[in-house]
Amino acid sequence: MSDFELLLREQTPQVLSALVRHYGHFDLAEEAVQEALLAAAQQWPTEGVPDNPRGWLIRVGSRRLTDLLRSESARRKREENAAVLAPVEEFVASGPEDDDHGGRDDTLTLLFLCCHPSLSAASQIALTLRAVGGLTTAQIAAGFLVPEATMAQRISRAKRSIKQAGSSFEMPPEAERDARMGAVLHVLYLIFNEGYTASSGTDLHSAELTTEAIRLVRGVRRLLPEDGEVAGLLALMLLTDARRLARTDADGALIPLAEQDRSKWNKEAIVEGEALVSDALAHSQLGPYQVQAAIAAVHGTAERAEDTDWAQIVALYQVLEQISDNPMVTLNHAVAVAMATGPKEGLALLEPLESDGRMTDHHRLEAVRAHLLEMSGDMVGAKASYLLAARRTTSVPERDYLKSKADRL
Amino acid sequence: MKYMLLIYSNPESWASLSAEQREGLSRAHHDLTRELTEQGLLVSSAGLADPITTRTVSVQADDTRTTTDGPYAEAKEHLAGFYLVECDDIDQAIDYAARMPDAKYVAVEVRPVMDSSGLEM
Repeated sequence: MSDFELLLREQTPQVLSALVRHYGHFDLAEEAVQEALLAAAQQWPTEGVPDNPRGWLIRVGSRRLTDLLRSESARRKREENAAVLAPVEEFVASGPEDDDHGGRDDTLTLLFLCCHPSLSAASQIALTLRAVGGLTTAQIAAGFLVPEATMAQRISRAKRSIKQAGSSFEMPPEAERDARMGAVLHVLYLIFNEGYTASSGTDLHSAELTTEAIRLVRGVRRLLPEDGEVAGLLALMLLTDARRLARTDADGALIPLAEQDRSKWNKEAIVEGEALVSDALAHSQLGPYQVQAAIAAVHGTAERAEDTDWAQIVALYQVLEQISDNPMVTLNHAVAVAMATGPKEGLALLEPLESDGRMTDHHRLEAVRAHLLEMSGDMVGAKASYLLAARRTTSVPERDYLKSKADRL
Repeated sequence: MKYMLLIYSNPESWASLSAEQREGLSRAHHDLTRELTEQGLLVSSAGLADPITTRTVSVQADDTRTTTDGPYAEAKEHLAGFYLVECDDIDQAIDYAARMPDAKYVAVEVRPVMDSSGLEM
């Protein structure tokens, strides 16, 4: 991402908030902001960045929005033949630039709106990337490997759903705040994951999503510096992303944690992530992102794979199991126990998962079983489990990795 | 997550459809396509020509090519069309498949699509 693009993206939520505060009409305002960003991307490189970039974007955005509102009201007039909005000139008597002077940052309000519970996760992600992240529809579509028209429809649909849900541009009531914040953090986590799990480390589109997710969480953290889970999520992303260059080989094949070249890990990100999570654990209420980040920090600070403090990881997974109901946690817990104590103890922890409907057909259960059987010396069982896991996964690099494990036995 | 909805048909069931049923079939697909498009879930979709127009290609070890008329698999049922859709999970994809009249006449298969993302273990 160029400095110039970064400047535009950082202005996006501020510009959109200013327009929505002044005119309402989140859906049309969002459209207008995209057009203002496009105009800036076309004009600034030749004409130079204006002295007040935000003011410029707000001005161009409001001009475009008043046009949109005019045609909207004309459309309504035709349809309903009824009285319409006040003349647009009255609207703009005091400009939306004036609304910006309080220096208030409405990014959170905007995030809450984009991650509205009436939307599917896919829609929340798309809308967040566009309205808060300032990405174009084409960039989002490329990140999620769908045609641009499909993504455009998804975004318009999301905006319509928010309108129908009657949601306004306000912070959610106190009683809903925690749950809504959880949804926001989850969406940012999903954006990160989508980028991180992309197989090739050189894929620009996917690396962009991880960078974007980290940038957005940093933004949230500036607004909520005391929130332990925001810090925990940022730490988790930094500690995970630190391994990006080591997690695949030149051909995009996956390299397991134990075999990664740790000199390729991003030390700076690990140091920052570890400091963040240590501070959060010491000063705020415990939450799942903090614990996951703490686990990532234990891995991140082990010089060699054999230096990993598995006993501490086991203890952290026990904490995580108490505060989250997720069979994946049990699965990872089993691996940690196998490493700390032995494969038999790990395999015993898999038993309750056999009857867990969320896990029974899951390739990861089979992959972990294969790994633990291999550790225990049952090569025949391990091979069968690796092959079954390879058939169950829908990921090409995971399938190739599991198949190669089976081939080696 | 992307899913492929594979629509199966067979010549007898198709021949036995009344004009009304055929119309209902095309209306149902038209509506479904519109809805999936409008929701931003449709990646691609197409109907396939009758299997009598199919040519099957195979290349031998010595690179000689043979082309035969008709489908590869000798089955009563054939692939008649597909939708590639983005869904939250397979249950949502199954719900869309169940809305196709083809599911009533023969069957619709729902298959997860492989993707290139993966997590190291």
